Amino acid sequence: MQRLSRALIGTAAVALLATACTGTSEAPKANDDATKDVTITFWHGWSAPSEAAAIAANIKAFETKHPNIKVKVVGNINDDKIKQALRAGGPNSPDVVSSFTTDNVGTFCSSKVFSDLKPFLEKSAIDLDKTFPKALQDYTQYQGTRCTLPLLNDAYGLYYNKDAFKAAGITEPPKTLSEFDAIAKKLTKPKGDGYSQLGFMPNFHGYESTSGHFAAQWGATYFTPEGKSNLAADPGFAKMFTWQSNLVKELGGFAKLEKYRATFGDEWGAKNPFHTGQVAMSIDGEWRLGMAKEAGVKFDIGTAPFPVPDDQADTYGKGYLSGTIVGIASTSQKQNAAWELVKFMTTDTKAVVDFANAIHNVPSTLEALKSPDLKVDEGFKTFLDIAQHAKSNTTPASPNGGAYQLTLQGFGYQYEAGKEPDLAAGLAKTDAQIDKDLAQAK
Amino acid sequence: MATVSLGLRQKRRKERLRNLAFLSPWLIGVGVFFLYPLASTVYFSFMKYDGFTPPVWTGLKNWAYVFNDYPMFWPALRNTLWLVIVMVALRVLFGLGIGLLITKVKTGAGVFRTLFYLPYLAPPVAATMAFAFLLNPGTGPVNSILGKLGLPQPGWFNDPAWSKPALTLLAIWGIGDLMVIFMASLLDVPKELYEASELDGAGAWKRFVHVTLPTIQPIVLFAVVTGVIQTMQYYTQPLIAGKVASGVIGGSGQQFEPGYPDKSTLTLPQLVYNLGFQRFDTGGASVVALVLFVLAMIFTAFLMRRGSGFLATDD
Repeated sequence: MQRLSRALIGTAAVALLATACTGTSEAPKANDDATKDVTITFWHGWSAPSEAAAIAANIKAFETKHPNIKVKVVGNINDDKIKQALRAGGPNSPDVVSSFTTDNVGTFCSSKVFSDLKPFLEKSAIDLDKTFPKALQDYTQYQGTRCTLPLLNDAYGLYYNKDAFKAAGITEPPKTLSEFDAIAKKLTKPKGDGYSQLGFMPNFHGYESTSGHFAAQWGATYFTPEGKSNLAADPGFAKMFTWQSNLVKELGGFAKLEKYRATFGDEWGAKNPFHTGQVAMSIDGEWRLGMAKEAGVKFDIGTAPFPVPDDQADTYGKGYLSGTIVGIASTSQKQNAAWELVKFMTTDTKAVVDFANAIHNVPSTLEALKSPDLKVDEGFKTFLDIAQHAKSNTTPASPNGGAYQLTLQGFGYQYEAGKEPDLAAGLAKTDAQIDKDLAQAK
Repeated sequence: MATVSLGLRQKRRKERLRNLAFLSPWLIGVGVFFLYPLASTVYFSFMKYDGFTPPVWTGLKNWAYVFNDYPMFWPALRNTLWLVIVMVALRVLFGLGIGLLITKVKTGAGVFRTLFYLPYLAPPVAATMAFAFLLNPGTGPVNSILGKLGLPQPGWFNDPAWSKPALTLLAIWGIGDLMVIFMASLLDVPKELYEASELDGAGAWKRFVHVTLPTIQPIVLFAVVTGVIQTMQYYTQPLIAGKVASGVIGGSGQQFEPGYPDKSTLTLPQLVYNLGFQRFDTGGASVVALVLFVLAMIFTAFLMRRGSGFLATDD
């Protein structure tokens, strides 16, 4: 009996110890003096030499403007490392953190591991509506808590092979999805059990051909105001899946397209199927232009907004938006100094323009988008316009790392393969699953 | 009398302390790296904990979610059991088979031993990517050769029916570790036993069944138990194979749900990562980790019990 008691007490002690190693959400107050000499740490995810050089130039400009604040820059950081550091805290943890994905904003904001930026924005008299496009404001906050700001922007549009268009007698890019489908079919050249050229890869594993990117063209709403999944109730999702599955059938069927997809090279390498001419059109972000040039693509590349549904032709020009986010770690003891860096990087027009020019991203402020200093060629302008379009939209933040997008995508895989024939029932089932996942996260 | 008793007690106490001091490296190791994490995992399995805010007691909610509402749990469990049964059995069979063949080779055994051992040294990520390239249904040389021979060309990592067999092929390719262990044990079988059995008229198969197998059974048991535990922890290869085959291998902020194609490469360790680090659900991840722990204990206890029987008779 005594032994059992000891064992129980021991287990309880170890379990109690376990709680000692859990993170804390107690945020230090922003009472540091940002005018005094201080060194802050900035974590970011960029790793390519040109990107690291662009960050270095950005930080140098900041330090010139704020000579008392030195910035220690740590690059090539992913979200796993960020989460670990924010959990642990301590003197080596970052003060300012940027992340490539908007999916974790919900958790970062709701768990308060990133500081609420509202007091800082008020202190600096920054009017969000006059500073950032609406979609960018949306993906940097969660349920009214703004814990991040946009740091450059990614806009998705249509890329097309101008030479293939010319050869097929097509004079301009499609504006509506019916035009797009007809062109995709016209550009498709079957060869044996594959293709010598495919007009467009509609399968959901076809790189950026995701349900989220397509759904943006319908302006579909993912959640009800009460936070419930809204897929079955918003007709946009059913229309998107119907359009996609029809295009899959028209271009040869799921199995044939999947087999052809298996011949594609790496999305981020020189052998991307758009570079190699295996597909004549693709949906992609603004970075593809630079990548195609680096890959030595021989044909002329055209860019345009991705086509819209025929019954929404007046919204042509919109697209899916996403981007890098930046925030202040709530464990930082130098919050005011950290805010100076965040403010500079996200709202200083010259800083935003220079950074966007250097890494070929879309700038994230309204002023920077109109700046004459922005290096704009014809192809890139398309994405600047998409970023400014009033109907451009994004996927909302959620508390479980964007799991709802993966659940929707998972349904898409089943539906396009014909394994889930009842669209309405499938969307309702997907709603139920997303709601269960959200309940688990709350 | 009391002084003698006190002295004895002090002596015993000192002895106990000395023993504890000798044991302390092991005690600290087990405490810090096994008991503490285990107790923490049990504790967190009853908590709502996102890794940032303090844990909150939720009772059996995490358990109910994982077993009833988490759609990846049961496919992952089925896949893990499939791999434990099929992959471990085939790895042991092939390891033993290759070991047997090499011990019989008269010349060039060193070359064969090196050739079969080398794949084991390949890093799992590189090996998996190489296999995904070789088995690519569209451009891979394996299907190209099968096609030329007029044989069916499977979808391998792109086909739910073939993805686990493809992973098994990859595991068999890296059989070097087992081969070396089996070779050592095979060379250790007393030659006089073979000579005696030959005199009794036993053929090759009978010699293998009645001489070789009983002698190397402890090694077979070791190979099976460690194989089961390794397969329970199978993470890198299915994740990389799924990523490469699905086309989602990188890119900034790209989301990826493990298990491509159609959840067929999901394994329980991937769920621990998915829940704990992608969905911020430490409680759910702890439940899956405990299921893995219990399964590993059951398999090991079962195998050890079966093994102890023949080990005892062997002694």
